[in-house]
Amino acid sequence: MSAPLLAVSDVHISYGKVEAVRSVSLDVSANQIVTIIGANGAGKTTLLNAIMGILPLKGRVTFGGEDMTSFDIEDRVAAGLSLVPEHRELFGTMNVEDNLQLGAFRIAKATAAQSFERVYTLFPRLKERRKQLAGTLSGGEQQMLAMGRALMGAPKLLMLDEPSLGLAPIIVSDIFRTVGELRAAGVSVLLVEQNAQAALKIADHAYVMELGEFVLDGPAAEIATNQQVVASYLGFQHA
Amino acid sequence: MSQRLSILVFALVMAALPLIPEMPPFWIVLLDNIGLSALVAMGLVLLTGVGGLTSFGQAAFCGFGAYTTAVLTTQYGLSPWLSLPASLVVSGVAAVILGVVTVRLSGHYLPLGTLAWGIGLYYLFSKLEFLGRNDGITQIPPLQIGHFKMLDAGTIYYAIWFAVIVSAILTLNLLDSRTGRGIRALRRGHVAAEAFGVKTARAKLLVFVYAAVLAGLSGWLYAHFQRAATPTPFGAQADIEYLFVAVVGGAGYVWGGVLGAAIVVILKEVLQGYLPLIFGGQGQLEIIVFGIMLVALVQFAPSGVWPWLTGLLPLKSRLRRPDTSIALSAPVRAAPPPGPLLRIDNARKQFGGVTAVNNVSFEVGAREILALIGPNGAGKSTTFNLITGVLKATSGTVSFAGQPIIDAPPQAITQLGISRTFQHVKLVPDMTVLENVAIGAHLRGRSGAIASMLRLDRADEARLLAEATRQIERVGLGDQIDQLAGSLSLGQQRIVEIARALCVNPMLLLLDEPAAGLRHMEKQRLATLLRQLRDGGMSVLLVEHDMGFVMDLADRIVVLDFGTRIAEGTPEAIKTNPDVIKAYLGAVA
Amino acid sequence: MNTTILLFLVQDGITNGAIYALLGLALVLVFAVTRVILIPQGEFVTYGALTYATLSAGQVPGTAQLAAVMGIVAFGLDLYLARKSLHAKRILRAFAVNIAFPFAILALTYALAGRHNTIPVNTALSLLIVAAIGLFLYRIAFQPIAHTSVLVLLIASVGCHLAMQGFGLVFFGAEGLRGPAVSNAALTIGPLSFSGQSLAVYGITVAFIVGLWLFFDYTLYGKALRATAVNRLGARLVGIRTSLSGQLAFLLASLIGAISGILIVPITTLYYDTGFLIGLKGFIAAIIGGLISYPITAVAALGVGLVEAFSSFYASNFKEVIVFTLIIPVLVLRSLAAPEVEEEQD
Repeated sequence: MSAPLLAVSDVHISYGKVEAVRSVSLDVSANQIVTIIGANGAGKTTLLNAIMGILPLKGRVTFGGEDMTSFDIEDRVAAGLSLVPEHRELFGTMNVEDNLQLGAFRIAKATAAQSFERVYTLFPRLKERRKQLAGTLSGGEQQMLAMGRALMGAPKLLMLDEPSLGLAPIIVSDIFRTVGELRAAGVSVLLVEQNAQAALKIADHAYVMELGEFVLDGPAAEIATNQQVVASYLGFQHA
Repeated sequence: MSQRLSILVFALVMAALPLIPEMPPFWIVLLDNIGLSALVAMGLVLLTGVGGLTSFGQAAFCGFGAYTTAVLTTQYGLSPWLSLPASLVVSGVAAVILGVVTVRLSGHYLPLGTLAWGIGLYYLFSKLEFLGRNDGITQIPPLQIGHFKMLDAGTIYYAIWFAVIVSAILTLNLLDSRTGRGIRALRRGHVAAEAFGVKTARAKLLVFVYAAVLAGLSGWLYAHFQRAATPTPFGAQADIEYLFVAVVGGAGYVWGGVLGAAIVVILKEVLQGYLPLIFGGQGQLEIIVFGIMLVALVQFAPSGVWPWLTGLLPLKSRLRRPDTSIALSAPVRAAPPPGPLLRIDNARKQFGGVTAVNNVSFEVGAREILALIGPNGAGKSTTFNLITGVLKATSGTVSFAGQPIIDAPPQAITQLGISRTFQHVKLVPDMTVLENVAIGAHLRGRSGAIASMLRLDRADEARLLAEATRQIERVGLGDQIDQLAGSLSLGQQRIVEIARALCVNPMLLLLDEPAAGLRHMEKQRLATLLRQLRDGGMSVLLVEHDMGFVMDLADRIVVLDFGTRIAEGTPEAIKTNPDVIKAYLGAVA
Repeated sequence: MNTTILLFLVQDGITNGAIYALLGLALVLVFAVTRVILIPQGEFVTYGALTYATLSAGQVPGTAQLAAVMGIVAFGLDLYLARKSLHAKRILRAFAVNIAFPFAILALTYALAGRHNTIPVNTALSLLIVAAIGLFLYRIAFQPIAHTSVLVLLIASVGCHLAMQGFGLVFFGAEGLRGPAVSNAALTIGPLSFSGQSLAVYGITVAFIVGLWLFFDYTLYGKALRATAVNRLGARLVGIRTSLSGQLAFLLASLIGAISGILIVPITTLYYDTGFLIGLKGFIAAIIGGLISYPITAVAALGVGLVEAFSSFYASNFKEVIVFTLIIPVLVLRSLAAPEVEEEQD
C-alpha cells in the first residue's frame, strides 16, 4: 500500500493549560472515508481544526507526503485540504453563486467552471437557489452549500465536521449519500460525526475518541459491532 | 509584603522625596506632572484594562474639572475647597450624559464617540467668552490650608500625591468587592454575570463615570498648580497621551497607571531634549517615539510594564481563606405550593420559519432529577433558554412555584430560585475560582460602589465570600479556591459553574451538559453531589448526552426530537421505548 | 439670507461633504475587512496633499524615504516569519513588494524632483508614495495583531496616527503648504460658479464610488475582500489570505486618503496636523453608517459637509464644536437600535 494521503502523528492540542487532545495519530489513504466518532467534548472538532491549521498543535501533520505542520490555513487549502466546519462559516450576505465562486479562489478560472458543473450536479438544489443569499437558505441547503464551496477548490481530502448537525433525517441521508459519491469521484473524506450509526455505515475505517484520546480504531464494520462502542454510542438500549 | 504595607511604604517614600536636600526643583515639577497624569491613567486602567472599554475623552474631563474651579474661584470668589466637589460633579455629569448613550453600543463606539466629543469640547473651551477663549483663565488662586498657601511645585506636590494615593486605595478597594467583580466580568464574562444579577450596563456606566471623576480631580489640581486653565492641555493630543500612559504601565493594573505616568512624563522630557538634535526643527517630535512605542507595546507587551516588574519581585499574593462560619441568610421566598415545582405547558419557540420547540409540555417535581435528552438540534438548549428567560416563548406558558415566569427577565427568574450552568463554560478566566463563584451570590449582597471604596462593605463581603467558599467546598474544589478559573481543566470549570449556581441558593438547578469533558471518576463524584442536592430538597433539570450518566442518575427522563416531546418516563421505560430507540439511532436508511 | 448665499453654502458643503464621503468609505472598507478603526486615515490625506505640494515645489518629500524605510522593516518581518520555510519564491515576492517597489519609487522621485513636472506626474508619484506607506503600515503595525480585539487594534491605530503625524512635522515643517490646482477651468451655471477643482472633487468622488461598487460586486478580488469582511474564518478556509485582504484594504484606503488630500490642497492650506480633523469628520459619517453601510456613510458625509458649511456661516466660532457634537445625537440613535453586545474573545 502506498503512503497515506494524510498522516497525523502524535498530535497534542492545548487551550492554555488545558490539553484537549493527547497523543493522537491517524491516517487517511486515497479514496478512503475515515470517521472519528465520540461524545460531545471529546476533542473531535478541536482535532479537525488543528489539522486545518486553525488551532496550533504539537506533533506532525503530513499531507501528500509533504510536512505541513508549519503551513498557514491558506497553504493547506492550496495543497488540497479542505474543511467544512461545524458552523459552516458561509458568507451569509453573499449569494450562493458568489459563495461557490469564492470556493474556487485558489484555482484557475477554467477549472472553476468545471467545478461549478460538478457541484451543481451533486447538489441540484444549489443551482435552483444560485441567486439567493446564503444566510437565507435552510439548514440543509446551507450544509450543501458549505460542502459545495469546499468542493469548488477541487480538494484531495475533504474534512466534514458534524454534517448532519440539526438536519432532518431525509436531508441527512442525502448528505451521506453524497459523501459516498465523493469517494467514488476520487475525493477522500475525514468525517467527524455524532450520528455514529450513519457514519460507520459509509466509512472504511473508524476511530473512537474519548476525552481527547483515541481509545479504539479499526475497519468501520468491526467498530460498528464492537460491544463497547455499541453500548456507548450506538444507542443505549444495551446500556 | 502585604498590599497595605507596600502602599504605606510607597506613601512614606513619596512624602520624603521633596525633603531630600539639593533635590532639583525641576524634578519636583516632573513628579507633580506624573501625579496628575497618574490620576487620569488610573481611571483609564479601570475603564480599558479592567472593563474593556476605552475613552479618548479623558482630557476633556480634566478640562471640565479645571474650568469649573477656574470660573468658580476667579469669577465667584469661591474657595478652591468648595469648588472641588463642583469640579468632580461637573466631570461626572458630563460622563453620565455621554455614557448613557454609548455603553449599550458595542465597544468601539465609546472611543470614537469620546474622541469626537473631546475635540468638540476642546474647541468649545477655546471659543467660549466666559472661559477666556484661547487665552483661558488666569490668576486662579492657589490651594490654601489656613494661612498656608500652596504656591510652589514643592507644596502642591503633597496635595497631588495625597490625591493619587487615596484614589489608588479607593480604586483597589472597589475592584476587590461585590461591585468590582461585576466590573471585572465586563470584558470576558458579562453574559454569565448578567444571568446572576450583575447589571452590566450600569457597571459600565459606573466605571466610565468613575474614570471621568478621577480626570476631573486631576484637572482641578492642575488648575491650582498652574494657576491657570487654557484649552491646549485638554485637546486630542493629551487624550491620546493618557491612553498611552495606561498602556505603557499596564492597562489592567492600578499601580500600572502610576508607573506608566512616570515613564511617559520622564521619557517625554528626555525626548524633547534630544529629538530636535536628531531631526532638526522643533515641535512635539516625541509623538513619533510614543507612536512607535505604542504599536510595539501592543505587539510585544500588551499587558504593559507593571506585571513584568512585579514578576521580577518576589511578591506573593496573600492567600485568603474566607471564614466559612459566617452565615449568609437565605433569600426570602414564598414556600412553593404543593405540586410540581416547574411546569412547562405547550411551550413553543419559532425562529423565523423554523420551529425549535414545538408545543412541549413537562413538569419537574420537588426533589426530582429530571433529564432532558435528545439528538443535537432537538430543542433542548432552546427549552433551557425559555425557562431562564434568555428567550421569549412564541406561545405557551412556563410557571415556577405556581408563578408564571414566561415574561420575567433572567435576573428576576434567578431571584425566584432558578440558577443555571452553561453548555459552553462562561467563567472569567483571569479571576480566581472564589471570585467567580462569588458572582453567583451577587443578588444576595447589598453593598454598592461607594461602600466598597470606603470599605464599609466588609461584613456583607465576608458573608458572600463565606457562602462562595462553602459552595466550592461542597462541590469538592476547596484546593483550587485561589487558582485562576482559566487555569483549571474543562471538567473542573464545569464544576465551578455548578458552585456558582449553588450560590443563588436555588430551588431548581439547570445544568447544561455538566458531564461533558469529565473523566469517569469526576462523573461519579458529580452524580453523588447531585443526588445529595436532591436529597437536600433541590430539584435538578439537566441536559446531557452521556447516557450512562443519565440512566444512572435521573429519576425521570423527557426525550425531545425535532422540537417535539416523543417520550417521558423512568430510565427503564425510556430504554425500551421503540420511538426513542428509533430517534436516537437516526433515521438513516 | 438670500438665495445666492444659500446656494453658495450648499455648494461649499457638498464639496467638503464629497471629500468626507471618500474618507468615510475608506474607513468603512478598512473596518469591515480588518476591524481596524483607521485613525491615521487623516495622515494619508496630509501625506498625499503635502507630498504633492512638495513635489510641485520641485523638492523630494520625506515620505518617499519613509516608504523605503517602512519597506525594509516589512521585509525584515516577512523574512522572520518565513524563517522556518525559506522558499526562494516567497523571498523573491517579499523582496519585490517590500524592497524593489518602494526603492523604485524613491529612485523615481529623486530622478524627477527639481524638474518642472506636470501635475499628473506629481499626482501619480504622490499616490504611489502614499499607497506604499499604507500597504507597509498594515504589514508592520496591524498584520501581526490581526487576530486581537477591536480595542487592541484601535490602540495600535492611535500609535500609528501619533507616529505619522510626528513624521509629518519632520517632513513638511510646521508651516502649511498649498499645491497647484488640478484644473483651472471654471463653469458658471446661473448664479453658481464651479471651479474646475470642485468639479474634479465631484467627478472623482463619484468615480470612486462607482469604481468601488464595480470592484466589490463584479471582481473576484472584490468579492474576496467582502468575504473577508463577512466571515474571516470562512475566507481563510477557501484560501483567501486575510493578510493580503488587509493589505489591499489599506492600499485602497491610503490611495483614497491621498487623492482627497491632493484635491483639497489647492483649495485650502494644509498643515501637518490638518488631516486628523478632516479624517475625523469622515469618521462621523462612517459612524452614522454604523461602520458597515457604504451608502449611508456617503449620504451622511454630505450631511456633515452641509452642517459644517451652514454653521460656519451662522456661528463660525463654533463650527468645529457643532460638527463634532453631531456625534451625540448619532450615538443616541444608534444606541436605540443597538443589537446585543457580543462577548469579547481574546
